[in-house]
Amino acid sequence: MKIFKKLLPFLAIIIVWQLLCRLKLLNEYLLPSPFEILKAGAALAKTGELFLDLFESVKRVLAGFIAASFFGLILGALSGYGRRFSDALLPVCEFLRPIPPIAWIPLAILWFGLGDRPAYFIVFVGAFFPIFINSYWGIRESRLMHLNVARNFGAGPLIVLTDVLLPGSLPRILHGLRIGLGLGWTSVISAELVGAQSGLGYMIQANRIMLKTENIIVGMITIGIAGLLMNQLMLLLEKRLSPGRGDTIRAAE
Amino acid sequence: MIRLTKVCKTYGDPSEGGARAALSAVSFEIKKGEFFSVLGPSGCGKTTLINIIAGFVKPEAGEVLFDGKPVRGPWRDRIVVFQEHNLFDWKTVLSNVAFGLKAKGMPAAERGRTAREFIELVHLSGFENVYPSSLSGGMKQRAALARAMAVDPGCILMDEPLGSLDSQMREKLQLEIMALWEKTKKTILMVTHDIEEAVFLSDRVALMSKAPGRIKQIVPIDIPRPRDASVKASAGFQALKHELSEKIMADS
Repeated sequence: MKIFKKLLPFLAIIIVWQLLCRLKLLNEYLLPSPFEILKAGAALAKTGELFLDLFESVKRVLAGFIAASFFGLILGALSGYGRRFSDALLPVCEFLRPIPPIAWIPLAILWFGLGDRPAYFIVFVGAFFPIFINSYWGIRESRLMHLNVARNFGAGPLIVLTDVLLPGSLPRILHGLRIGLGLGWTSVISAELVGAQSGLGYMIQANRIMLKTENIIVGMITIGIAGLLMNQLMLLLEKRLSPGRGDTIRAAE
Repeated sequence: MIRLTKVCKTYGDPSEGGARAALSAVSFEIKKGEFFSVLGPSGCGKTTLINIIAGFVKPEAGEVLFDGKPVRGPWRDRIVVFQEHNLFDWKTVLSNVAFGLKAKGMPAAERGRTAREFIELVHLSGFENVYPSSLSGGMKQRAALARAMAVDPGCILMDEPLGSLDSQMREKLQLEIMALWEKTKKTILMVTHDIEEAVFLSDRVALMSKAPGRIKQIVPIDIPRPRDASVKASAGFQALKHELSEKIMADS
């Protein structure tokens, strides 16, 4: 019932859209009918082309995301823990953060050529900052709020880390990872629009040149669904890994 | 048990002219097993006082002795119960209460048993596996008290422990703190701005003045024990409360 309620607006849009196409009120080259798009999607799925492109994009986003998580978590946690690190890293990050990942594409192509590597890099740029900033705030907040309690009970450094700082900052860190993955996904598509020969971004761009509008839209829908699924997966992880809280941070969004 | 001699603390940078004396030559002594309160308006340096005795903050001058030894840093013989953010919200009540025991190195089975005992002592049995986010403010503070008591500290330092509770809950918790203190005979130092609370619970009340924070007077509370809620209506209680509020008003 709940899922039906969520699908209802989509259904309404599709029906109106199909009707408009039927009445020839829309130019089919600019916006093909839902039925045509469905047909194109089925064809692309049948040949497997669609999944190949999806696989390429997912592979790139995962590679860039894992690298961004590694560096973002470590540097963010260090900055949250020690003034020396935050003094060194925060100003640089605050400067680089507003530069959108797309703006790095020219440099990325110069540095890495075409193909996977510039895409990895662009994903890294997109995912790193939310992961870094949220790890920084997470560790910093739990240090300020809970470190004194831990020290008061005479907890050693290991217990402070495993029982206080890490679990205390986990919801925020997971939140950062989720936002990072989302930004990484939009970044990989932008990177593929110009700097790749495969992937969903490349696929929609190539279909524009061939004027296959229905394929462009199939690609866009696939991008949307994949992004949605990744976000839901990360949300599930957040819920699982932060008992008793999780909700507080999502509620504050 | 706790002895402060001419303790001074300034905040801010004196070279920038922004220095502000938080504590100025504060001296007093708390006896073993005593319930001692520091009463003063907000911003008078009460929290600084707690932080210094707990060892989180170093005084600029003066000396703090605990059990005859100078305080050098935080340790579990002086446990602080804060106004808020006491509990780890990712731990259940049971593992919160057991945290100090874990830090102490007590084996898991034994700390579970001990933690349960103290949970029962504060009447939270049945809530062992609940996370703090689903507890009321009063229950949270009771859990924090259980965690403090569980490590068997020499004294408990309470920083406005009931400050974030509504008045009904405050009265209820006052009775609980009283009962806990009578049962365990721990030395308790509480800072508060609530006159009634200080008079009701304490053996002695130190009046603190603002900017710079200093102890103006220490008033013994000679209301016989055991005390229950009805004491608050008695003439002696009202007179003491009146006397203390006059003295505090005279300051501001």
